Amino acid sequence: MEKLRLLNGQLLDLTMQRLCHQLVENYADFNNTALIGMQPRGRYFADRIKARLDHIIAGNVPIGYLDITFYRDDFRRRTKPLQASTTYMPFDIEGKRIVLIDDVLFTGRTIRAALSALGEYGRPASVELMVLIDRLYSRDLPIQPNYTGRAVNSILSQRVVVEWTEQGATEDAIWLVTQ
Amino acid sequence: MAALSVNHLLGIKELTTEDIELIFDTADKFKEVLNRPIRKVPSLRDITIANVFFENSTRTRLSFELAEKRLSADVINFSASGSSVKKGETLLDTVNNILAMKVEMIVMRHASPGAPHFLARHIKAAIVNAGDGTHEHPTQALLDAYSIREKLGSVSGKKVAIIGDISHSRVALSNIFCLQKLGAEVMVCGPATLIPKHMASLGVTVVHNTRQALEWCDVANVLRIQLERQQGKNFPSLREYARYYGINGNLLRQIGKPITIMHPGPINRGIELTSDVADSAQSIILDQVENGVAIRMAVLYLLAEKIKVYGTGKAA
Repeated sequence: MEKLRLLNGQLLDLTMQRLCHQLVENYADFNNTALIGMQPRGRYFADRIKARLDHIIAGNVPIGYLDITFYRDDFRRRTKPLQASTTYMPFDIEGKRIVLIDDVLFTGRTIRAALSALGEYGRPASVELMVLIDRLYSRDLPIQPNYTGRAVNSILSQRVVVEWTEQGATEDAIWLVTQ
Repeated sequence: MAALSVNHLLGIKELTTEDIELIFDTADKFKEVLNRPIRKVPSLRDITIANVFFENSTRTRLSFELAEKRLSADVINFSASGSSVKKGETLLDTVNNILAMKVEMIVMRHASPGAPHFLARHIKAAIVNAGDGTHEHPTQALLDAYSIREKLGSVSGKKVAIIGDISHSRVALSNIFCLQKLGAEVMVCGPATLIPKHMASLGVTVVHNTRQALEWCDVANVLRIQLERQQGKNFPSLREYARYYGINGNLLRQIGKPITIMHPGPINRGIELTSDVADSAQSIILDQVENGVAIRMAVLYLLAEKIKVYGTGKAA
């Protein structure tokens, strides 16, 4: 097994800082805007983005977490079943501008499910997508991110592993793992 | 991630503790779904479920039907009254006819203990037991234990008294299995004529005094006197039963500790429970009903997960 470090330390810090400023550029004071982190792994990244945004705009950007297990299109098709995580949606999304946040964009199927799941909570004014890692040329569906931390060329058998200190890692790091 | 160890929900007896915990964790997620503006998920949209009820039921049947619809399953309902069962059709023929219409899951209530086990051996569909005679009623036991967990934080170590007509109750047996698997202590209480002789062999304490049971327990699960099943005289009169085994506000005040009151419904008000107790803050009877839908969604979802779509994706 071969591990290649994609991002960590200062570079990861800079990347997140850039993403936050891109958001501020488009959403200014975040009036009528909410962040939604994708459960389970996107929430750590979403929490980091929120913390930085709150600091930059000196405010409190609303954040929710969305679990899409019941909306997946591979139910009864996977060999290993998935356990659902908690959805936490403390605001009404009707008419809001939503930024969906996930750590890795791969086939696009998770985001497809997220768009269906979001629809059950109301009709947002708009939905944008932010990802930390975009795995290029691997999409099954016509879905692209609006904000990308790092775009990566990878092959199907490789995996992108994101480690956060909140999960018990010694430092924040993103790896490209070849089996 | 774990999957259920079973392909059918025939009884609590066949489940492992991990199965029960997986059902509870999944039910937590469905409870959140039930509190959304749109209370529906698309998971079971390609599954058809037949609710086959050979015995009357209001709450269980409504609860299953709602759970199925919240999961986007297609639902057909069948009740024995007004069907060919009256013309002498056998159980296997009836169910095979329903299956011929391409049904993946069967939710069945039947008067004979073991009827769902028999079906599970003979047909290719996932079976959910919604009550088989006086044997088991697994989803009721699951929602009872889930409601205790919700109210008291956990089931393990809690003392639960099941009070009333134990011998005619499928709820009692399933509850005993479920609570014991989750680490609770169980006591049964009722007139000797309404408690089966073998009861102590299940590892439960048997008493015949309601006050004694209440003084011991954290939770009292009060069962209905099944008026329709009382063949012969098990107790002299309903009045006498209510006097000796009924729970009223006075009795609870004398005992003076907060006991959680449960009842699987329908309540005979003034017999096993007086209205002041049934409607008190200590009662979680309506929470049980609310949790019933989430628990049944979890059971159906986890069983459906095991019915793989063949010839697609990675399914074996």
